[in-house]
Amino acid sequence: MSDEKAREELLSEFKKWADGVEQKLAKRPERKEKFLNTSGIPINRVYTPLDRNDAEYLSEIGLPGEYPYTRGVQPTMYRGRYWTMRQYAGFASAEESNKRYRFLLDQGQTGLSVAFDLPTQIGYDSDDEMAIGEVGKVGVAIDSLKDIETLFHKIPLDKVSTSMTINSPAAVLLAMYIAMAEKQGVQAEKLRGTIQNDILKEYSSRGTYIFPPKPSMRIITDIFSYCAEKVPMWNTISISGYHIREAGSTAVQEVAFTLANGIAYVDAALKAGLDVDTFGPRLSFFFNSHLDFFEEIAKYRAARKLWAKIMKERFNAKSPKSMMIRFHTQTAGCTLTLQQPKNNIVRVAFQAMSAVLGGTQSLHTNSMDEALCLPSEEAVQIALRSQQLIAYETGVTDTVDPLAGSYYVEALTREIFERAEEYINKIDDMGGAVPAIEQGYIQREIQDSAYKYQLDIEKEERIVVGLNRFQVEEEKPTNLLRVDPAVREAQIKRLKELKSERDNEKVNKSLSDLKQIAQGDDNLMPCILDAVKAYASLGEICNVLREVFGEYQQVSTLGR
Amino acid sequence: MNTRKKIRVLAAKPGLDGHDRGVKVVASALMDAGMEVVYTGLRQTPTQIVESAIQEDVDVIAMSILSGAHDYLFPKVMELLKEKGVEDILVLGGGIIPDEDIPALKESGIAEIFGPGTTTAQIIDYIRDNV
Repeated sequence: MSDEKAREELLSEFKKWADGVEQKLAKRPERKEKFLNTSGIPINRVYTPLDRNDAEYLSEIGLPGEYPYTRGVQPTMYRGRYWTMRQYAGFASAEESNKRYRFLLDQGQTGLSVAFDLPTQIGYDSDDEMAIGEVGKVGVAIDSLKDIETLFHKIPLDKVSTSMTINSPAAVLLAMYIAMAEKQGVQAEKLRGTIQNDILKEYSSRGTYIFPPKPSMRIITDIFSYCAEKVPMWNTISISGYHIREAGSTAVQEVAFTLANGIAYVDAALKAGLDVDTFGPRLSFFFNSHLDFFEEIAKYRAARKLWAKIMKERFNAKSPKSMMIRFHTQTAGCTLTLQQPKNNIVRVAFQAMSAVLGGTQSLHTNSMDEALCLPSEEAVQIALRSQQLIAYETGVTDTVDPLAGSYYVEALTREIFERAEEYINKIDDMGGAVPAIEQGYIQREIQDSAYKYQLDIEKEERIVVGLNRFQVEEEKPTNLLRVDPAVREAQIKRLKELKSERDNEKVNKSLSDLKQIAQGDDNLMPCILDAVKAYASLGEICNVLREVFGEYQQVSTLGR
Repeated sequence: MNTRKKIRVLAAKPGLDGHDRGVKVVASALMDAGMEVVYTGLRQTPTQIVESAIQEDVDVIAMSILSGAHDYLFPKVMELLKEKGVEDILVLGGGIIPDEDIPALKESGIAEIFGPGTTTAQIIDYIRDNV
């Protein structure tokens, strides 16, 4: 509405209409007095051209593949290629997980996503006392390069892209992947994939930290720098809002805290002397897809625009690729219910649809049984089919960013952008994401939102179908997929064998080299790669780093 | 029901699991209900949990695990409590715990298991009725 007169006419009509509606409300009230989304943004009864400013279209929204990338990072989006369908998987042993990966690839999945067990994620070998009860439970147990060789057996690493959910020990797992590829005859520069490598959200939301912030940030920038030279197609980090949201944040907080973490990584890399347009294009992101359909779509659009602005204006990036936020999305695990689990199929489908309408580059759809146990093969297949249905049957992929121009979606995009930016300003005032986490600010914000969400459910201000309304008597589920406790024994036996077969002198030498490098400033990656190739175990490598760097102590954010 | 003093609760995260949304929500609700709550933070070994419980003189230990390690860690805590001769602490478990695991956990001495969908009011009532 650029025409002033038309706008005035609409405004006066709108006022008349609104007055008329107000008068009828006494007789026929709306369902609620106030409509708010999960971020607490008030939702208007209706949106009109008055909520849009088309004169600023080019600067505020723009065209697909062009700054500020609100409409998508590619000019053709899904008309060119669908998103990568990537199901997060892994459990028990490397053999067992290798079978699941090959099943998923046979079913038409287009990328791998490796789930590691908790001891692996926290840098403990399977025989460590801390690992008792946890080996192979939430992912695959990896102790050394030997296990990685089994994990990727008969999977061509030059053709598949692999995402690894690994943070504190990301450098070690990446080194194992590179070494494994070398054995397959695939050069590092051909490898495509992602390591999560996002330590800041581990401190605030996910919990698999090892080292304190300072050495952790050094490991991360070492990886940026190493990969820029040797593994140029690798996404060196996946800056993750997913877990921030799962921990209970709102959509606005998810965008704000994720991008604030992103800012901290860019700052650290710049301080380490790297060039923003060298590592910038390899930064990738990871968002949650939650229940509120339009809020989520607007969230992705706002995040793209905000990151583009940050990279351009704050960091003076010149390459458009540095300004593009490429992201993976996973549907929200925390919204799945144990009650009437088949309803989860429908929840996931809606969430997947909002991720696609929001322009995701890659997607994991949760399985219906995940509130209960590890997903069964059947449940994973339905989850993957939900993505394929969206891609091949619904037609939403035939035009770019189809909801752009919706009065509501554009207004919401703007609102989320502004509120997230406000949060980032506040975090800047605290000295950035690292001090904000060290002071417990981000954790407190998230836990307050989580508590409010739960109380809303208990007060029935938020309805969860099958949980606080439309309940039924149900039979208890049986025959759940479980991890055999023998996995730990088998893993310990393999590790023992490995330690007796390998060249232990070479291992010790590589570990003492690593210690020396860790004490200085040189890049850690080359000597981690040497240690991995000598079959030093993950625990041995991480213990050397623990000794030099120390361990992070969580800050308390609950009052006594 | 104990009316002499405030009910003291140790909220604990045993094992390596980092999912602390649930335990923090429960801890906040118990505090709002007038109980005193000590939260251990992540990555507690069974030994640390038992030591904290004794040191803080709590009436209740409320543990949460979503990683599947409950089958080892919950009974281990009970075993250590027995070793120390502690028998008057009400021990509760929560998280992703399959129904078929519950009998064995109760056998080990865990009083009650609260799964997904439990309201904080249910937990508060249970504690008030059983301490």
